Amino acid sequence: MAANNFRHALFCAIITLIISYPIIGFNLEAQGISVTLTGADTSTVVLVLLAAVVVFLFQLFRDQIMGGLKSIPSPMPKTQKEPMAENKRAKIESWVLTGIVVLALFWPFFVSRGAVDLATLVLIYVMLALGLNVVVGLAGLLDLGYVAFYAVGAYTFALLSQYAGISFWMALPIGACLAALFGLVLGFPVLRLRGDYLAIVTLGFGEIIRILLNNWTAVTGGPNGIGGIPDPTLFGMEFGRRVREEGNTSFHETFGIAYSGEHKVIFLYLIALVLAVITALIIRRFMRMPVGRAWEALREDEIAARSLGLSRTAVKLSAFTIGAFFAGFAGTVFASKQGFISPESFVFLESAIILAIVVLGGMGSQLGVVLAAVAVTILPELAREFSDYRMLVFGAAMVLMMVWRPQGLMPMRRIHIELRRQE
Amino acid sequence: MQDLLYFFQQLINGLTIGSTYALIAIGYTMVYGIIGMINFAHGEVYMIGAYTALIAITGLATLGIAWLPLVLIVALICAVIVSSSMGWAVERVAYRPVRGRHRLIPLISAIGMSIFLQNYVHLAQGSRNIGFPALIEGGFQFGSEDTFPMSISYIQITIFITTLICMTALSLFISRSRIGRACRAVSQDLGMANLLGIDTNRIISATFVIGAALAAVAGLLLGMYYGSVDPLFGFIAGLKAFTAAVLGGIGSIPGAMLGGLILGVAESMTSGYLSGEYKDVVSFSLLILILLFKPTGLLGKPEVEKI
Repeated sequence: MAANNFRHALFCAIITLIISYPIIGFNLEAQGISVTLTGADTSTVVLVLLAAVVVFLFQLFRDQIMGGLKSIPSPMPKTQKEPMAENKRAKIESWVLTGIVVLALFWPFFVSRGAVDLATLVLIYVMLALGLNVVVGLAGLLDLGYVAFYAVGAYTFALLSQYAGISFWMALPIGACLAALFGLVLGFPVLRLRGDYLAIVTLGFGEIIRILLNNWTAVTGGPNGIGGIPDPTLFGMEFGRRVREEGNTSFHETFGIAYSGEHKVIFLYLIALVLAVITALIIRRFMRMPVGRAWEALREDEIAARSLGLSRTAVKLSAFTIGAFFAGFAGTVFASKQGFISPESFVFLESAIILAIVVLGGMGSQLGVVLAAVAVTILPELAREFSDYRMLVFGAAMVLMMVWRPQGLMPMRRIHIELRRQE
Repeated sequence: MQDLLYFFQQLINGLTIGSTYALIAIGYTMVYGIIGMINFAHGEVYMIGAYTALIAITGLATLGIAWLPLVLIVALICAVIVSSSMGWAVERVAYRPVRGRHRLIPLISAIGMSIFLQNYVHLAQGSRNIGFPALIEGGFQFGSEDTFPMSISYIQITIFITTLICMTALSLFISRSRIGRACRAVSQDLGMANLLGIDTNRIISATFVIGAALAAVAGLLLGMYYGSVDPLFGFIAGLKAFTAAVLGGIGSIPGAMLGGLILGVAESMTSGYLSGEYKDVVSFSLLILILLFKPTGLLGKPEVEKI
């Protein structure tokens, strides 16, 4: 046994060396048309060797280490007392959520402009993740082209404002509905496909949308994107220093306060906050409705669900359309926040990030998804010097989550009603 | 005459690209045939093969070795060794622990692995694309210079011949060797093969290694053909190869070869007659259409869902 272990450990260590040393240990440098090769510095080579040694030791003493890990008592021992009653837990949770929302409402008035701007971005991701959560988490349909619907929302607003002069508030429902329509049209044929085929088809669809946006230069401006997207207005009041449109007034003149660029940022943040809360509430409703139960039933066992009379197409299509609708919502807010959009913002990586948020938060769990969206967007900002490693860590985290905790950080808790025990 | 030559030129270009797609597609189709998952990180394994080959070629050039056959063989061996190890490690780390769980879980794990590997190479080698030296230059020309000369370059011929050798070797390996027979048994019924004493874990690892080795060959060939590599270049190629695998019928090895060739020709016809920008749109549309109307592909067997 020991000899076998030793051979396996040695093999693993050699493999580690083979896959890391050639790629990390040499640097290709392009100088003009010629390419030169330089060896990496000593510390890198030492690191690679160290990694191999660690792998070797881990594989050699694998059984002991794994045994040791199991014998360590978990930090949160399972208590003997009964779990908190469901209705009590729900009550506490809803109080906590209300508290967070109230805090989020007043928070931007006390912090810097950059922080509010970042928070708006976080809220956009929250909306996207909540929407994708319906598709992936609840209905179990892996959608890798989710960013396409986001792009539809953003481009709808940008194009409508450019060609028809439509304001943010008009564009918001139009963008969301158009995205939902796209979801419906795409979903109708592809939802017959099995899970992993569906993933690839949606990925292809996302790429097609992006390539079209990139090449249809006459309308979308191609890679140059569209600029000059107007900010939202508050009952006809604009947030710029000067009024852009006839008949509008400006916010700072109406209230007789000095002009400040922060008003606009905070206003956008509040819009995003309200929309994110609305998104969460609507989806929460859906989850309790029969259609929400049907999504989960179909995810758990398609054959059983169909044999109970659920229409596979209708149920999946509803999830797909609703998810796309909220992506359109988020897209409109994003276009308004940036003031400029280009196909660069809607690449596959964006879909992968949103998917990573859903996976990390726990598929199906709303609170978990919101927390994951906050973490995934803010952590790279806090650790700027490590920003290069952001995607590397993302990928590794996705793999590790699937291996160790596929249910996510905060697994979904099925909403249920307990019958009172007869006295 | 001129139109005909133009058509043949597109056909040859398409077959060249298509045969490399076929090499990559083998990896997808074999893995899918055995454990029923899409190995999303396969495109990255191919990209790593291309990088390793480039590193080996530059390394030899620095040492002053310029004898072409030696350079090619060393680059090929290096690429195959590194890529196969990568294929083995990826399966071991990301796929084996999640095997047998819900369908989406291995797929998400694979996407994570793909992002990880892209950024691994990105961090180690930078994100800019790096020129790949044109080792094999020149070619034959047909037709007169003043109208449209059709050309077949030596690199295209090399690609054809290498692909042909790889495919023949693979077919012989699958049909004759012990491991190949075990592969077929495992793909028919994993549980039963296990009961009959086949070490299924080893066979699955072997599948990943074979797929990765073929992808590495494709990496070297396509690197020389396109003349540059960058960390993202595996992603699109992987998608195309997957499309080829689906087109031919996923799980079927001859299907992957056929699918690769058809896809390559379709793409080069689009670039030749419509516009190069839309060739990706055409191949993705092709994928969507096939999945909608003939999900089993051209040579695939229908999958029966058992309860």
